[in-house]
Amino acid sequence: MVHQYKLNGYNIVLDTCSGSVHLVDEVAYDVIALYKEATREEITARLLEKYADRPDVTAADLAQCLDDVAALEAAGKLWSPDVYENMAFDFKNRNHVVKALCLHVAHTCNLNCSYCFAAQGRYQGERALMSLDVGKRAMEFLIENSGTRHNLEVDFFGGEPLMNWQMVKDLVAYCRQREKETGKNFRFTLTTNGMLIDDDVIDFCNREMSNVVLSLDGRKEIHDRLRVDYAGRGSYDTIVPKFQKFVKARGDKNYYIRGTYTHANTDFTKDIFHMADLGFTELSMEPVVSKPDDPCALTKEDLPVLLDQYELLAKEMLRREREGRPFTFYHYMIDLTGGPCIYKRISGCGSGTEYMAVTPWGDLYPCHQFVGDPKYLLGDIWKGVTNTAAQDEFRHCNAYARPECKDCWAKLYCSGGCAANAYHATGSISGVYEYGCELFKKRIECAIMIEVAKNQDLAAQGIEVPVQLGGTCTACADGEGCAE
Amino acid sequence: MERIKTIATRDLQ
Repeated sequence: MVHQYKLNGYNIVLDTCSGSVHLVDEVAYDVIALYKEATREEITARLLEKYADRPDVTAADLAQCLDDVAALEAAGKLWSPDVYENMAFDFKNRNHVVKALCLHVAHTCNLNCSYCFAAQGRYQGERALMSLDVGKRAMEFLIENSGTRHNLEVDFFGGEPLMNWQMVKDLVAYCRQREKETGKNFRFTLTTNGMLIDDDVIDFCNREMSNVVLSLDGRKEIHDRLRVDYAGRGSYDTIVPKFQKFVKARGDKNYYIRGTYTHANTDFTKDIFHMADLGFTELSMEPVVSKPDDPCALTKEDLPVLLDQYELLAKEMLRREREGRPFTFYHYMIDLTGGPCIYKRISGCGSGTEYMAVTPWGDLYPCHQFVGDPKYLLGDIWKGVTNTAAQDEFRHCNAYARPECKDCWAKLYCSGGCAANAYHATGSISGVYEYGCELFKKRIECAIMIEVAKNQDLAAQGIEVPVQLGGTCTACADGEGCAE
Repeated sequence: MERIKTIATRDLQ
């Protein structure tokens, strides 16, 4: 399957199943568009007519271009066959392990954000803090079910996890001891609204957390409209200095400033640029997840505005990079030569199978966005997964599970999309959240365009980067591949 | 003239 698009002056051709990205000129773009629907003679005649005023477009030149396209097809870099569908349905028979838990250490919060999918951290239930005993048992559940996996991941989540901070620290210490006894490697992450960050939190996280996700919606007036405390006071002035101190102390360890955009700020690039101007360089901004009748909900009329915003963001990122002040946007991070393997691309985030959420009282759910929905209560950390029917539903939920996605060029990038978004939009985890698809496809187009632009910038400096891992790079004297 | 440049290919919390 081939996807062609034009963006920021580049003509880009993506071959879905090989992951090949080609930068082509106008003529080759037309040749590829016509290649499967017309003969060589018809293509030549049509393009000689179209480009009659172009002396460089001759019959011989078009024959060469057609030969080049044929060679790429023969090499499996254009219209490469989709040989992965049968693998997708073999997933049920594969060995399944658990390798990541979203640990809900606090079903309570010190903020009262109206758009919170977790209903102010309570998840439609009672306020609760996870005990250390439940936390330890959750870690043992993870170790017991992780098979031969070496890397295990635990995200401290809520609600607001810093409202149960001592337990977080005690549980990390417990896991570090268990690492020595089991040979496993725990990677911890923390998602916080920032209100309770202090020197102790900063020091501990910078020592123990491989990633921290810090919630900031951007401009003060945008952030403070929705992210307020129980007295209705905005939180921007409290958290921004804390985040700046946190990030500065963090050095080169991973973090993300993570915002949510809603119907109220469809001009969300201004919020991203505001984050960058505050000195943050690792940024993530997500569309709100809400019911359609919520005033925050994104509307059909918002969609073209949002798509334009993503393009604007990509162009501005390139501009800032060329000026020597780059920043990273999570959804534009794409590794074209060393990205995920085919199994990861088919199975996606692994929710409900290798990734689960644990409530303060030890119940298991497919992910944090299903917590509190009795239909998707999978079991608990003592008995394991007992609702195997629900788990099987998730096991079959992959890039090939939806007929609507069969001919979509993006399916090996989105892996079929987010099950929770599909569930909330359509009532089924195997449904298609079309609005999310449109946003996702635009983000991938922008991400690939940025990589193409960077490649061209390097080429202009005489540097050719390898098109495939293990290829020869001319960026430095030894010709070795590198991370660039 | 060369009209196609392959930029990349991928051998497949």
